[in-house]
Amino acid sequence: MNIIVCIKQVPDPREFSKITIDPVRKTIVREGIQAVINPLDRHALEEALRIREKYGGKVTVVSMGPPQALEACKEALAFGADEAVLLCDKLLAGSDTLATAYALSKAIRRLKPYNLILCGNETVDGSTGQVPPQLAEFLELPHVTRVRRIELVDDGKAIVESVLEHGCRVVEVKLPAVLAVVKEINTPRILSVFGIVAAASKKIIQWSVSDIEADIGMIGLEGSPTRVTDVFTPEIKRRCEIFKGPVEDAVKQAVRRLREIGAF
Amino acid sequence: MPFDFTFTPEQEMLRKAAMEFAERDAAPKVEWMDETGETPTELVKKMMELGFGAIVIPREYGGAGLGHIARIAVLEEISRISPALGFCLQIVHLGQAPVIYFGSEEQKKKWLPGMAKGELIATCAVTEPTGGSDVLGIQTTAKREGEHYVLNGRKCFITNVHISNMHGVLAKTGEGPKGLSFFMIEPNTPGVKPGRRENKSGLRGLNTGELILENVRVPRENMIGGEGDGLRVALTAISNIGRPGVNGVALGIVRRCLEEAAKYSKQRALYGKPISELQAIQWYLAEMYVDYETTRLLTYYAAWLRDKGARCDAENAASKYYSVEAAVRCAHKLIQIFGAYGVMKEIIPQRLLRDAEVLCSAAGTQEIMKLVMFRKALEYSK
Repeated sequence: MNIIVCIKQVPDPREFSKITIDPVRKTIVREGIQAVINPLDRHALEEALRIREKYGGKVTVVSMGPPQALEACKEALAFGADEAVLLCDKLLAGSDTLATAYALSKAIRRLKPYNLILCGNETVDGSTGQVPPQLAEFLELPHVTRVRRIELVDDGKAIVESVLEHGCRVVEVKLPAVLAVVKEINTPRILSVFGIVAAASKKIIQWSVSDIEADIGMIGLEGSPTRVTDVFTPEIKRRCEIFKGPVEDAVKQAVRRLREIGAF
Repeated sequence: MPFDFTFTPEQEMLRKAAMEFAERDAAPKVEWMDETGETPTELVKKMMELGFGAIVIPREYGGAGLGHIARIAVLEEISRISPALGFCLQIVHLGQAPVIYFGSEEQKKKWLPGMAKGELIATCAVTEPTGGSDVLGIQTTAKREGEHYVLNGRKCFITNVHISNMHGVLAKTGEGPKGLSFFMIEPNTPGVKPGRRENKSGLRGLNTGELILENVRVPRENMIGGEGDGLRVALTAISNIGRPGVNGVALGIVRRCLEEAAKYSKQRALYGKPISELQAIQWYLAEMYVDYETTRLLTYYAAWLRDKGARCDAENAASKYYSVEAAVRCAHKLIQIFGAYGVMKEIIPQRLLRDAEVLCSAAGTQEIMKLVMFRKALEYSK
């Protein structure tokens, strides 16, 4: 069972309160903010490691990012991944989710054969949740999002539980497939000292755009159909109004008031 | 020599792992440990599984060989959440130290791999009612009988005694400073009995108690170093591992004090504004900040020297002298900032103060630290 896990290095959610936005470049100021593997990607990696522990095989981590993302790759190796690939090239800068998914798909095609591609359902910095489905489309593979349980069955298939707003659905999916996981799927392991020591002898492969033979017009700013025109911290104004009287009347008053202020 | 103890990527990963273990696994047990005085053995086991017990054991003997800065980083993170658990871990390392520094090749091969895996956890049993700081005052004896030594005596204040399966013991084989020898007592040796559990005011979740030795037959090959080397073995282990370990725990307490003080003073409002806007509170915070930075520098500096292979007894003593007093001072200031809430059992400040107080006499009293530093100070006459 060869498993690819897509990971992204993101600002540590513990330090979100320290994050500021550059008013000119409209980007997050990353200086002084610790970086970590995107939390849901850790769940994806954990699931991959558990599947490998049960069925054998190989876990390869793929990431796209600046040279600092080597740290995330190294950490993934310390968690137990067998190999890591970092897609790192200035030409990739400014890629939106579509361009990112395209570039990742080109890298993943080079890693054939594989049985399963696991991703976190979304990242804590972008939170779009778009990359896994787009990646699946580029790879012409089936995909399931919001996955909380994976059971591998015979005939190269998996039974997958996917969380919906008001319940869950169980689907059978033919492998290889792209599965985007949610946090309910498992509790990720903590790095062990021995894992850290073992990671020192594992290899991180760095690929540029030419290594993956990507179409330059489909990556970076040029290949990104979406543009971030503005990023700002929303002003949150809270006010409190208390409606008294019998519950039914109070609810009616509250609904009327919410309509007045345009909340519905 | 230029100072540089920036964390390597490995040390940083290890720090994060310790932080995650402390916040996710240890934090829910902290109150229970303080209330009951029990050591959660499952957490000790988890620390060993994560390899925290293998940090200073050389790689050729199954350890991680990550060194002393890495060790302090782990102790700081764990002690920030649970000083009792941090102290437990530091004594796991102390129990390994006699073998690491003075063990023969056979002894290292025999015990260190098991210690790295956490299968062997050893105490370092030196103190007795009649001798701790005055090591020569101990009364436990080791009498030679053929290829064995027979040990008899009673050790006190022995950390981890009820959760360890191996014991490093200092005993008298003669008189005077060369009349002490150090032995490793292996698991299931007849005559070894952990005695009374101590009921301490602080570090309550840390197991401490007596070790009773009644006609314990220890093979001669379990002696560390030669006959008469015991004092050097014990003091080196305490100076190289025990004291810096206490400093790592103190560092965690000081940092927690600073974090809690900063958080509370921004939230708590008096006179219509957060108390962080009151100068009295600002001064407390500034003083705690200096204590944290100084403790951090002294502790990591000594660890860095140790990793370089340099002798650092005085630096470890200076760090211990400063860091434990900083821990007590900061915990006391934290109580002042919290006002009456600071002494409520369900809120953290009073526990940090009780925990910090226990550190003052651990691994040598403050007065012993002064003696060590005094010897170094005299060197400046040259």
